[in-house]
Amino acid sequence: MANSGVDTKRRRFLIAATSVVGAVGVAPLAYAFLGSMAPSARALAAGAPVEVDVSKIEAGQLTRVLWQGKPVWVVNRTPEMLSNLPSLDNALRDPNSDVLTQQPEYAKNATRSIKPEYVVLVGICTHLGCSPGYRPEVAPADLGAEWKGGWLCACHGSRFDLAGRVYKNVPAATNLVVPPHYYKTDNIVLVGLDGGKA
Amino acid sequence: MADHPKHNYTGLLGWVEDRFPLMETWNYHLAQYYAPRNFNIWYYFGSLAILVLVFQIFSGLFLAFHYKPDAALAFNSVEYIMRDVPGGWFIRYMHSTGASFFFIVVYLHMFRALIYGSYKGKRELLWLIGMTIYLALMATAFMGYLLPWGQMSLWGAQVIINLFNTIPFIGEQLSVWLRGDFVLSDATLNRFFALHFFIPVIVLPALVFVHMVALHAVGSNNPDGIEIKQGPKGNRWSPDAPKDGIPFFPYYIVKDVFGVGVFLFVFFAVLFFAPEMGGFFLEPPNFEPANALKTPLHIAPVWYFTPFYTILRSIPDPWYGTVGMFSAIILLFLLPWIDKNPIKSWRYRNASHMANLLLFAIVFLILGWMGTKSVEPLYKELGTRMTQIYFLFFVVLGIHSRPFANSQPSNVLGILIAVVLGLLVWIGSGFLSFGGIFAGIVVGLAFALIFMLGNFIAKQYFGKNGVKARYAAWFFILLGLIIFYDVYFRFVPSDTTATVQMLLQLIWPVVYLGVTLLLPALSPSVNAEKPVPERVTE
Ligand code: HEM
Ligand code: FES
Repeated sequence: MANSGVDTKRRRFLIAATSVVGAVGVAPLAYAFLGSMAPSARALAAGAPVEVDVSKIEAGQLTRVLWQGKPVWVVNRTPEMLSNLPSLDNALRDPNSDVLTQQPEYAKNATRSIKPEYVVLVGICTHLGCSPGYRPEVAPADLGAEWKGGWLCACHGSRFDLAGRVYKNVPAATNLVVPPHYYKTDNIVLVGLDGGKA
Repeated sequence: MADHPKHNYTGLLGWVEDRFPLMETWNYHLAQYYAPRNFNIWYYFGSLAILVLVFQIFSGLFLAFHYKPDAALAFNSVEYIMRDVPGGWFIRYMHSTGASFFFIVVYLHMFRALIYGSYKGKRELLWLIGMTIYLALMATAFMGYLLPWGQMSLWGAQVIINLFNTIPFIGEQLSVWLRGDFVLSDATLNRFFALHFFIPVIVLPALVFVHMVALHAVGSNNPDGIEIKQGPKGNRWSPDAPKDGIPFFPYYIVKDVFGVGVFLFVFFAVLFFAPEMGGFFLEPPNFEPANALKTPLHIAPVWYFTPFYTILRSIPDPWYGTVGMFSAIILLFLLPWIDKNPIKSWRYRNASHMANLLLFAIVFLILGWMGTKSVEPLYKELGTRMTQIYFLFFVVLGIHSRPFANSQPSNVLGILIAVVLGLLVWIGSGFLSFGGIFAGIVVGLAFALIFMLGNFIAKQYFGKNGVKARYAAWFFILLGLIIFYDVYFRFVPSDTTATVQMLLQLIWPVVYLGVTLLLPALSPSVNAEKPVPERVTE
C-alpha cells in the first residue's frame, strides 16, 4: 500500500530537474565569487615605465629601481667582468639565451644587453621569486673557487652569472628576465618600454 | 526519527534531557567512552592540540582587536600591539609561541600514529581527517606569518605563492588569482587576514569535530596496537564494555589535566624567557618592515616548514621541486595503504621496521635543520641526501609490511614503472623536442635495467626466490636508482666541489638502505616479528 500511489518516474524526473537547475545556479555564483579574487581594475592600472641615469652608476656597482612592484637592477660591468663571461658557458644551463621568453630580441647576445657594460635585469629569481643578492667578488670562500661574480639567491641557492644567466644544478631553470628597455638619450635608460613602441 | 532513549535523569537535568541529548552525548563521548587502559605519554598530544587551538583562537581574536590588515599600516599596528597596547606583548607572544607549540604537538601526535600503527584497523578515515587538519594548520600558519608584514612575511609568502606559478600552463594565472595582484601586495594581505580568521575559527574546529566522531566510532588504538573491542568483555563499570577499557571521564581527563599542567609550565617558560627561541619561533628579519626591493641575505621559513623547504630546494628544477615538496606531504596521506602489515604497534613488528621509523624521524629533523642553513655545498648535499632518504622511507615501509614474502620484485612491474617514468620525463622535458624523447628513453631504459640487474645480483648471491633475496634485490634496486638519479640529474662535471660532496655523502643512503634492507637480508633475527599478546600489557 505504501508505494501504491507513488509515481517513481515522475519523482526521479523532478529530482533530476531540480538538481540541474540548482547546478546551473551554482555555476555563475561560483564564477562571481572566485572572479572577485582576480586583480581589480586598480591593480591592472599600476606599472608605469621608470628612468635610470646610467652615468651615475660606478664601475662594478648595482643600482635598484622599482618597476611594476618588482626590483629592476642596472649594473655597470667592468671590462674584467665582461671578459669572464664566456669562460662560464659550460657551467650554465642556457649560455646563449635560447629561452626566448627571458629577454627581448635586442638582449639575446653574449652580454644580454644593449650596451655591453650596462645590463638591465628584473631582480626576481626565476625559481620562486626572491630577489637574489649581488655577489660581484671573485672566488669568495662561501661560493667556491669557480665563482666569477654574479647573483646568489638566498632562498634556495640559485646562482646566476653577471649576465643573469642561470647555472646548472640549481633550483632555477631559466635566466633572469631582461625587461623591455631602451636608451632615451646616451645616459638615460627607460625601463618598461621597447624603443620602437615608445 | 527514532525517539531518543529513555533515561533516569530527574530535576533540571531530566527536563533538559527530555529536550536535548545532553547526557547522552556526554556519556557517548566521555563518561561511557572506554579507552584502552594502557595509554602512555604519547597519548597526551591529542588533547594538548585542542588546548593550543583554543589558545590560538583567543589570542588571535584579541590581536585582531588592534591589528590592521593594510600594507601601509600592518607592520606598525603589530609594533603598536607590542609597545602600547596594555599586555599586548603577552597576547602576541602567546600567539606566536602557540603557533610553534601547535606544530610540536601535532608532529608528536602524528609520529605516535606511525609507531603504533594508529592509521590501521578501520582508522584510515581518521588518519585522512587528521592529515587534512595538518594541511589546514599549515595554511593557517603560513597566512598568519604574512600578517606582521615584515621582511620574512613578504618573501616567505612570495616563495610559497610562486610554487603555484611553476605549474605548467595554468600556473601564472593561478598565482595572480591567489595574490589578487601581479605582485604580492595589499590585496594579498587583506585576503590572507580574512582567511587567517576563517580557517582556524570555522574550518579547523569542524575538522577536529569529525576527527573526534571518527575516533569514537572506531575506538582508540593503544601502544600495543591491540583492538580492545575484540578482546574479552566486562569491566567494573559495565558488563558489555571491553575488559581492557576504562571510561575516558574521569580517568583520562585526570591524566590529560596532568599533561596540561606540564605543558603550560613549558609553554609559559618559553613565552616569558625565550619568546623568539633564538630566531626559530620569530625570525629576526621579520622585525624589519617588508621591502619589495631586497630579500634578506639569510632567509628561511619558520622551523615547522623547514623540512619541506629543504626538499624543495634540493631538487634542481622549479616544477619538479614543487611536485617533490607536495608529494612529500601527499605520501603521508597514503600511509594506511602503503603499510599493510596486520601488526599495528612497532613493539611487535620486526627490528628493521623499528629502525626505519627511527631513521625517518632523524632524517625529518635533519631536513628541518638543513632548511635553516644557507645553501653551502656541504649542506646542500646533506639536504639532498636526506630528501632521497625521506622518499625511500615510503618504499621501504611497503617492503617491510610483508616481511616474509619471498617473491622477487616483479620485473614486469619494474618495466611498467619504467615505461610510465620514461613517458613522464619525455612529456616533462619537451614533448616535441628530440632531447625530450631521448631523455625519456634513457630514464625508462635505465630504470628497467637497474630493476633487472638488482634482481639478478640478489639471486646470484642470496639464493633463489627467498625472503633474503627479496630484501637484497630491493637494496640493489633502490641504491641503483639513487646513483642513477645522481649521475643523470645532478652531476655537473665542471663543479668539482659538488661532485666530491656527492661521492662522500653517498654514505647516507648506503647506510640507510643497508640498515633497513641489507641487514634483514643477512640476518633473519632482525626480520623476526614478535607474537602479539591477546590482551594489552601494562
Ligand atoms: C590554528 C590556529 C592559528 C595559528 C597556527 C596561527 C598562526 C599565526 C602566526 C604564525 C602568526 C604570525 C606571528 C607573528 O609573527 O607574530 C599569526 C599572526 C596573527 N594571527 Fe594567527 N594563528 C591562528 C589562529 C588565529 C585566529 C583564530 C585569529 C583571529 C581570530 C588570528 C589572528 C592573528 C592576527 C591578527 C595576527 C597578526 C598579529 C601578529 O603578527 O602578531 N590567528 N598567526
Ligand atoms: S627563489 Fe631563488 S632560489 Fe628559489
